[in-house]
Amino acid sequence: MSRFLGIDWQLIADNHEILLGGLQYSLTLTASSMAVGIVLGCLLALARLSSITPLRLFAAGYVNLFRSIPLVLVIFWFYFLLPFFGFKLGPDKSVFITFAIFEAAYYCEIIRAGIQSISKGQVGAAQALGLTYAQSMRYIILPQALRNMLPLLLTQTVVLFQDTSLVTIIGIKDFMGANVVVASNNGALKEMYTFAALAYFCVCFPLSMLLKKLHKRIAVIR
Amino acid sequence: MIEINKVSKWYGDFQVLTDCSTSVAKGEVVVVCGPSGSGKSTLIKCVNGLEPFQSGSISVEGTSVGDAKTDLPKLRAKVGMVFQNFELFPHLSITENLCLAQEKVLGRSHAEAMEKGLKLLDRVGLKAQAAKFPGQLSGGQQQRVAIARALAMDPIAMLFDEPTSALDPEMVNEVLDVMVQLAKEGMTMMCVTHEMGFARKVANRVIFMDRGAIVEDAAKDDFFGQPRSERAQTFLSKILHH
Ligand SMILES: Nc1ncnc2c1ncn2[C@@H]1O[C@H](COP(=O)(O)OP(=O)(O)OP(=O)(O)O)[C@@H](O)[C@H]1O
Ligand SMILES: [Mg+2]
Repeated sequence: MSRFLGIDWQLIADNHEILLGGLQYSLTLTASSMAVGIVLGCLLALARLSSITPLRLFAAGYVNLFRSIPLVLVIFWFYFLLPFFGFKLGPDKSVFITFAIFEAAYYCEIIRAGIQSISKGQVGAAQALGLTYAQSMRYIILPQALRNMLPLLLTQTVVLFQDTSLVTIIGIKDFMGANVVVASNNGALKEMYTFAALAYFCVCFPLSMLLKKLHKRIAVIR
Repeated sequence: MIEINKVSKWYGDFQVLTDCSTSVAKGEVVVVCGPSGSGKSTLIKCVNGLEPFQSGSISVEGTSVGDAKTDLPKLRAKVGMVFQNFELFPHLSITENLCLAQEKVLGRSHAEAMEKGLKLLDRVGLKAQAAKFPGQLSGGQQQRVAIARALAMDPIAMLFDEPTSALDPEMVNEVLDVMVQLAKEGMTMMCVTHEMGFARKVANRVIFMDRGAIVEDAAKDDFFGQPRSERAQTFLSKILHH
């Protein structure tokens, strides 16, 4: 009776604590890396659009670097190699930093496109009122850019949420990691991996659809 | 108050402004007209340093605009500007549009800024719209808010770049009325516009530009009576017969 979709739901219920704990870990990691990633992404986007050449080159280098290497490698790098340089961060901190700086590269490109989509006239109007460059960015350009790009930023965050499952490979009990533990403790690989897939799908698919609709709506309003 | 002296500007090889010289005295209203692409917007944007220029000089109340040492934001805060496309900030409410620069640039308290903003909003006849967002207003209303926003900074002069040319015909007058009122109160104004009725009513001088140069710079009555240049005559007869 407790079997449905080929999954033993009694097993899930029995292990709900560890699974929920894992889910909470995944969500927290996603939310905190998103927050820091978007702030870093804003700074990088401003640097990429800056008239100061070294700043622009640095930001371009940063973005191109992180968009060209696999995320797993960055996770390994921070987790296994940093201790050799004297930074002992532990798994939780090291994956948080990894995701924040890795995702910043992707957020940066979205925010940059957002800034560039604001008309030059808005910048002119802000400057004509006496706002400095920094003030025009802070009060006029960035708020509009972020608002217009919100659906894309959140879509990127859905991808980030899926990517956080990679932390399982360094032994963290995120949602995926919790499934792995339950699976091996109960010899229920097939069941638990099906359940995990189902759970990720049920969270991510509706969210993506919703965001797609929102993006279209915002494009229409503009 | 505004002195423009032999200003030239290039976009790459293309010369947009050629040796433009003129001045606007305190309390004077100067209308700038000319065919599309003649450099009117570029010239007026040079006055508050929104566009850089390569040679010549512009000074506003003695402050040189082209000087690298000049604090441009500070200078711009003293010169109001109104744009063809209004350029209200769409993510801010009308009152926020009016208050932002007063608070961030002039350092006024929110209460002070609000009081000033609402007074000006009332003056342009839009007090009832204070809580709305720009997108909820008509073009004419938006432009009046834009004028109020510029006035809130207590500018020493106002620059207008075709303030009515993006408006539906029935909204042109509500904006012109505000501008006429302003002119009558003695505001120093430099207006790019093709509204010759406005020029006739309040302008002291009319400047005619063609291909980046100031071709004619004459007292209003001389300009409408008998422009010296043939190009100004042709241009006038074209827009007056429309
Ligand atoms: N960023 C730019 N790069 C190159 N050329 C430009 C640029 N901006 C303007 N121009 C050119 O400079 C010339 C003058 O432009 P400007 O906008 O000052 O003309 P205008 O007299 O205001 O015309 P309009 O009545 O259409 O507003 C035009 O030929 C225009 O194509
Ligand atoms: Mg123009």
